[in-house]
Amino acid sequence: MNRVMTKVKGFFRKEKLAFQKDDKSAYLFSLPYVLVFIIFIIVPIFLAILLATTSFDMVNFPDFIGFDNFVYLFTADSEFMRTILPNTIKFAILIGPGGYILSFLMAWCLAQLPHKLRTVLAVILYTPSLTAGITMAVVWKVFFAGDESGYLNHLLLEMGLIVEPIAFLQSPDYLFPIMVIVTLWGSMGVGFLAMLAGILNVPRELYEAAYIDGMKSRFQEIVYITIPSMKPQMLFGAVMAIVNAFSTGAIGVQLSGANPTPNYAGSLIVNHVDDFGFIRYDMGYAAALSVVLLIIIYLFSKLAYRLFGERD
Amino acid sequence: MRRRFEAVKVNPKRFHLNQIPFLLIVLPIAFLMMLPLVYIFNHAFKPYDELVEFPPKFLARRPTLDNFVELFRATTTTGIPVSRYLFNSILITLIVVVVSIFISSLTGYALSKMKFHIKGVLAEINTIAMMFVGTAVAIPRYVIIEKLGLINNFLVHIVPFLAVPVGMFLIKQFIDQIPNELIEAAKMDGANHFMIYRKVILPLIKPAISTIAILSFQSVWNNADVSATYINSDSLKTFAYYMSTLSSVSNPIAGIGMSAAASLIMFVPNLAFFIILQSQVMSTMAHSGIK
Repeated sequence: MNRVMTKVKGFFRKEKLAFQKDDKSAYLFSLPYVLVFIIFIIVPIFLAILLATTSFDMVNFPDFIGFDNFVYLFTADSEFMRTILPNTIKFAILIGPGGYILSFLMAWCLAQLPHKLRTVLAVILYTPSLTAGITMAVVWKVFFAGDESGYLNHLLLEMGLIVEPIAFLQSPDYLFPIMVIVTLWGSMGVGFLAMLAGILNVPRELYEAAYIDGMKSRFQEIVYITIPSMKPQMLFGAVMAIVNAFSTGAIGVQLSGANPTPNYAGSLIVNHVDDFGFIRYDMGYAAALSVVLLIIIYLFSKLAYRLFGERD
Repeated sequence: MRRRFEAVKVNPKRFHLNQIPFLLIVLPIAFLMMLPLVYIFNHAFKPYDELVEFPPKFLARRPTLDNFVELFRATTTTGIPVSRYLFNSILITLIVVVVSIFISSLTGYALSKMKFHIKGVLAEINTIAMMFVGTAVAIPRYVIIEKLGLINNFLVHIVPFLAVPVGMFLIKQFIDQIPNELIEAAKMDGANHFMIYRKVILPLIKPAISTIAILSFQSVWNNADVSATYINSDSLKTFAYYMSTLSSVSNPIAGIGMSAAASLIMFVPNLAFFIILQSQVMSTMAHSGIK
């Protein structure tokens, strides 16, 4: 006991000394951000973990029930294990790395073009990500509409490929691929822009030196010069790709207009959280779902850091 | 020898035939990317009969401003004019963009360049939190906002969005690259921390600031969730929310034209803001004379 006390005291003494040496304005400068950050980001994460161990209906005080929510989640919630978890992982893998590779490829191709042409094309590629959310759901809904007035149905009927219109957005078979297409379409955002800037700013001499040392192809150029010299931008791009993969989860519900989506075909964890939290008011269970989602996001981000983080 | 150097083709000065393969990759994708945007522009100017026409036509043949007139004449069932929603959206977006940039760059400076013994820990926590998307903590966040008394309060549009971990991360990355000598020199000349921040740091991190400005502009301007979840009074809701109600199932016919016009109004500020700032984003450190 005594040893613990001396350790605690020693820790506080050290902290105090360190504090006295600190630049006091640093505290003042970081105060507003840290305050908002703690209240709206850190506390919710801890609350989510706490709530996950309770049964809470928003009216009565939360009841502590241990790990019951998690047990239920992995054993009794058949939709979760059968469709929602696989959907979420599949969606994240297609949108995260998929969108990332697409962004890099586009950025690299654009970097081979002269300035004016490049700027115009970059703006065009970027614009879909500007319209994420509401606006796009409206447009895509019309495009994939289930009757003859839908553009895609009309086109397919005209070409004689189908005899009657397909209810794309209500169909469990089509909803998921459509979600992936729509999200990939809007995935070239700020991460793409940062990567383009990164590629353009790789010093020319590096390439020249490498060619003198015997580099032969443009593919080698990407692997040995371009990517290693723009690690910060690659990391930022990866972060944005992960954020994009998990924050666009609402698209399935927006497109199909229902939560849960038909046969849960387009439901992701995010939608399941909404379903339990704001429709069935089972906040404890919704929080447990959020915790699982947080763990998945954390694993993805660990991977991104392993690949592109700078070790110093 | 000369042939080898030709392989260095990044950022060429002018167009050359060997760029055509890249164009062939980019152009089809750019074309697909543009289609829905062309649709938004055309749809907004279509007269009613063309909007509901069958079979649907992509381009407007007789463009008209009727949809916009109708949109601004219309008032919601509670008697709130559309301009009120627009005003709310503009005000909220402006405040969030300016304040969030201000506080995250101040923090970035403190964490990067000041003597501050917990800066490592803070930066680490920020990086971990960066990935934790808002939707994952929607429930506890709702509880906190309720406890703070922010339900149906105008501030709920603003305060929770001021801390953007991705933004702070990017700004800190940029400030890390500024040489310490520059700051030491400013100190020698008698500048205090705030002056260094304003005269040395801010001008050098413009690309990062532009990036964050675009990011937070988009997330706030397009946000309909806050109005739907936390706001009850119609006079405090945003344009994005209003737009989402136009396209809802309750008035599919009457809303078509207004919804098309509203989509365009939603979209144009996004595009304008982006076009203004994109050249800033592209000019990274190499151009700002540090590296």
